[in-house]
This record gives sequence, C-alpha cells and structure tokens, in this order.
Amino acid sequence: MNLGKIRQILRAEVIVGSSPDREIEVCCACDLMSEVLSCVPTGSSCLLLTNLAHSQTIRTAEIAEIPVICFVRGRKPESQNIKLAKKNGLVLLSTYFSLYEASGRLYKEGMPGCSGSRVS
Amino acid sequence: MITYPKAPKIQELGYELKVRQAMNRNLITVEPRTSMSKLRGVLRSNRISGVPVTRENKLLGVICVEDLVNWLMSGAKDCAIEEKMSKDVVTLCADEPLVHAINKLQQYGFFHFPVLERESGELLGTITREDIIRKLLQKLEIEYREEEIRRYRASHIFEDIMADKTSLIFQYYIVGQDFNRAGESSSALKKSLKRLGTHPDIARRVAIAVYEAEMNVVIYARGGEITVKVDPNQIRIEVEDSGPGIPDIEKAMRPGYSTAPEWVRELGFGAGMGLNNIKKCADEMNITSTVGKGTRLEIYVATKKESVSYEVK
Ligand SMILES: Nc1ncnc2c1ncn2[C@@H]1O[C@H](COP(=O)(O)OP(=O)(O)O)[C@@H](O)[C@H]1O
Ligand SMILES: [Mg+2]
Repeated sequence: MNLGKIRQILRAEVIVGSSPDREIEVCCACDLMSEVLSCVPTGSSCLLLTNLAHSQTIRTAEIAEIPVICFVRGRKPESQNIKLAKKNGLVLLSTYFSLYEASGRLYKEGMPGCSGSRVS
Repeated sequence: MITYPKAPKIQELGYELKVRQAMNRNLITVEPRTSMSKLRGVLRSNRISGVPVTRENKLLGVICVEDLVNWLMSGAKDCAIEEKMSKDVVTLCADEPLVHAINKLQQYGFFHFPVLERESGELLGTITREDIIRKLLQKLEIEYREEEIRRYRASHIFEDIMADKTSLIFQYYIVGQDFNRAGESSSALKKSLKRLGTHPDIARRVAIAVYEAEMNVVIYARGGEITVKVDPNQIRIEVEDSGPGIPDIEKAMRPGYSTAPEWVRELGFGAGMGLNNIKKCADEMNITSTVGKGTRLEIYVATKKESVSYEVK
C-alpha cells in the first residue's frame, strides 16, 4: 500500500517529509519501544502507529529503520524532534483517529501486521 | 526495500585519496646555512622530530633529532646544518595514492616524509601517520577525537589497512538521566558502521542492541561508556556504567521483569524486554554486575560467519 493511500485512509496530515508513491509493506501499532525494536522485520518498509511523540520514538524509528511514523489522536512531536526526523529522512504523519481506529482502518484495507497476518 | 548508498571501505579510500589531500601544508623548514646551535630551538618550539632543509622551495636534505644528538655527543662544535643533514631523503610525490605513503612509513619506520610536486620537485608539505589517519576518518565522516588519532598511531591500523583487516575502535560517552539525548551514541555508531561498509542488517542489529544498552544506562545509571571494536570478523561492544548494579542477573534477563520507574514506562520503555532484545541481536552476550559498583555488558556480533573468534573469558 502506498503512502498516499495510507494518508487518505487515516485522513492524516503530513508533519515532515512526503513521498506519496512510497510503498509500505507492514504496519506496527505500538507504544512500547522495545517491542517495536524487536518485532519490526529487517529490511521491511514499515509504518509505525503510536501515541508517543517524543524523541525516543524518532530514535527508535531511526535505529530500527522504520521510514514512516504516524502519531495518533492528533499528537505531534516538538520542533526539535521534527528536526531530528527530518535529518534522518523520516516521514512523520498525524491522524485524529485513535490507535485502535487507525489500526482497524488500515487492517480492513489489507495492510498486514508485523507477523504477516492480514484480513482475509 | 530501502536502498543503501555504497560505503567506501578504508582500503578503497587508501587508493582513491592522494598524498596531496592528506599532507600537512604547514611547512616548517630550515635553511642550509642555519647553524646547528639553532636547530634544537626549531625542533622544540614546533614539537617536531625532524625538519626539511630547503633553498627556494627545493629540498636539499632533512635534519632530525638523531643528527642533533650525534652532533651534541661529538662536541657540539657549531657549523651549518647542511654539513650534518642527511641528503639521501626518501620522499613522496603529491599525486601518489595514500597507500604508497602508508607503505613507505611502514617500510622505513620513519615518522614523516617530505612531499614533493612531481614535475617541479618543489617541496609542498610533509605527511605523517596522524595526517593519514585523520584524513581517512574525516573522509568516512566518522566523528573522532584528536586523542584517538594519537592512540591509533600505536595500534595496528596501518598493517591492517594493508592486510585488508581494518580494526577500529570507537568510544562514546553516555549522559545519565538525559532522556532526550539517549540514543545519540547508537545513532552515531550505526552511521559509522555503514560508512565502513558493514552489512546493513548487521549494522541494524548492532544499533538495536546498543540502543537498548544505552537506554538502560540512561535510565538506571548516572552515565557510562560504550567502547566498540570493529574487527574484520566481528564487532565487539562493551557498555560499562558505574550505576547501582543488578542484584539478580537471571531475574533481570526474564522477559517482562522491570524495575523501571513510572516516568520511564510513560515514555514507552520499561517493558522488561531490553536485555532480551540485546541477546536476540547478539551472537554472544555477557553481563557482569556488582551491586553498588556498576554493570558491564559485552556484546559480540559476527560479521563474517565462517571465522568467528570470541574472546575466552
Ligand atoms: N545498566 C543497568 N544498571 C542497573 N540495572 C539494570 C541495568 N540494565 C538493566 N537493569 C535492570 O534489569 C532490568 C531489566 O532490564 P531490561 O531487560 O532492559 O528491561 P527494562 O529496561 O525495560 O526494565 C531493569 O528493569 C533493571 O532493573
Ligand atoms: Mg531496558
């Protein structure tokens, strides 16, 4: 699923970076950074959905090579963290849906999770 | 798929870079007529062990500490430097690749060589081991400290470059309790590894392991130190802190066990998975800890599967 479609499904606003044609293969919805670090598959192009908009979310994405983060419930990081994301070439989005609603919307449209399961 | 730019290896850089790019242009020279009694002052005030002797930018010879000592021992009768200098000087041309400089430094065991323009024979500068290492690291955009460059001098980097077995040491300091800056070391290390040509999957595994270790130091200790040794076959990471220590390591290793305070949990850490993540990313991991003294974590990641040689504890 490309980023343009994801933005449309989540009615998401772009905070930084934009490449609507970018393909996203899996989604991880999580507020535990250690879990994100351990379950995002190597070499996959992953979207991270999360409530947490602080510096370590950006660091986690950088370290685990997650190209796109979408913050839920309209959350947005502080400007210095946006800068950090930009420096590392990350795309940041923000949606007003909750973690549950955002996940459900994407899953219903066929976006698989980290374990590879998808709607049948 | 994410695509990675090709990272130059140190060996390749050694051929790509020319002596001209690494040499020191800050030329200190003496005239052939300068008297030997002035030499000591020149060497000492510039903190150098030898100096080229020139006339109108033409290299006539080199005079060094050893010549000075010999002159002093044999009575110190004042004379012109040109009488005592060595005229048989090994030089480098500015357009030669850096590996030639490395080779010559090794072969002759000298500390520095004069660098000449090939056509005109004009003296352009000098080159030392430190100049070469500084240039290589700068080219790799690896953050370094001057003191480390001096340390490399004693290490095997030159032999390693020639034998295609570069061994590098990186060191990072972790500031405790500073949540915002946590992860900076892991991030810097990951970038350096990629520039050194480490396989992206390996660099990612190392970064995840070091990031978890760094978080633990930030959260539980007041600060610490990360030392990374990159060998051709493995990456060895040592994370040391002088924090409270871990009373029961077996318990700490249990998935889900955590003593993280509330503020840490609110920030998305403290799920009790960190040490397990490190273990998952590492080929081998050792923890030693003394309550009241601190914790030491060793992580090994093999980069070439067929020839791993772990240190025996
Ligand atoms: N460097 C350290 N110094 C003191 N205690 C530590 C250190 N690292 C880990 N611990 C202890 O081990 C526990 C488990 O660590 P970890 O697996 O990283 O999970 P978490 O950090 O989420 O609690 C921690 O809660 C803490 O009690
Ligand atoms: Mg931890």
